[in-house]
Amino acid sequence: MKAYFGRRYMLSASHRLHSEELSAEENRAAYGKCNNPHGHGHNYVVEVLAGGAVDAQTGMVVNLAALDEAVRVRAIDRFDHTNLNHDPLFVNRAPTTENLCRAVFGLLKDALPAGELESVRVEETENNFFECFGE
Amino acid sequence: MIFLTRRATFSASHYYWNPAWPAEKNEQVFGRCANRNGHGHNYTLEVTVAGEPDPVTGFVVDLKWLKEAIERQVLAAYDHRHLNLETPEFGEGKLIPTTENIAISAWKRLEPAIAAAGGARLSRVRVYETPEIFAEYRGEA
Repeated sequence: MKAYFGRRYMLSASHRLHSEELSAEENRAAYGKCNNPHGHGHNYVVEVLAGGAVDAQTGMVVNLAALDEAVRVRAIDRFDHTNLNHDPLFVNRAPTTENLCRAVFGLLKDALPAGELESVRVEETENNFFECFGE
Repeated sequence: MIFLTRRATFSASHYYWNPAWPAEKNEQVFGRCANRNGHGHNYTLEVTVAGEPDPVTGFVVDLKWLKEAIERQVLAAYDHRHLNLETPEFGEGKLIPTTENIAISAWKRLEPAIAAAGGARLSRVRVYETPEIFAEYRGEA
C-alpha cells in the first residue's frame, strides 16, 4: 500500500536576489529590499515528502533516522549557515526560494534511502512557501 | 472540485515492535520507539475531502457532520488510548502503529462513512506525529 512520509527540517541562510542580466535599477525594481547589496537571511523550513510502499516488516515508507541522515548530508549541511549566493548552484541563478526549492529537489531526488521523492516544499517565512514536484 | 480539510487532535501512546524479529533487531531498527513500556504523542489528524459545492448550501460537506464522523470513527478509538493494546488493528502481530499505518487505518475507518453519506469523497488523510513528522495516505493501492 502506497503512503507518504513527510519530515520538516530547518536551515538558516543568507541571500541576495540579484541578476547579472538586469541593470541596477531593474534589479531594484524586480527584487526590492531583497536586492540589498549586503544580503539578508531567513530561517527556512524544508519539508521533504517521500512516497512508497509501506514495508510490511517495519510499517514504514522510509526509516526516519536514515532519511534524516540523507537529507542532512545532501542538503541541510550544504546550505545551513551559509550565504546561498556563494553556492555553485547559484552562481548564475538568483537564490530565490523557487530556485532553492528546485535545487533541494535535485539534490535529494536520487538520495533517499527508500521510497521516491514526491515533493519538496521550502518555506521562506511563515507567509510564503514554494513547492517542487520534480516537473 | 474543491478540497476541504478538517483538523482534529488526539493523544495516544504506542511502541514499535515486530514479533517476528529478535529483541536486538527490534531495538536496532526502531531505536527508542521499541521501548515496550511505550511513549506518546499529541497527534494532529487532517482529513481532506473533495467534491463540488452543493448548489443550495454551498457546502462540499457539512463540517459539523465531518467533525462528528472523525470523532466517532477515529478519535473514539485512538484518543487517550494505548494504540498497541487498545485498538484492534494495532494488536500484537498486526500492524505496527507507525505514523504511516495510523494514516492508512484512519482512512479505512473514515472512508466507508464518508462514501455512505454521498457527495464528497475522501481524498487524503494526513497524520502529524509531531509538528515535524507526518505521514499521509491518498487511498492508493
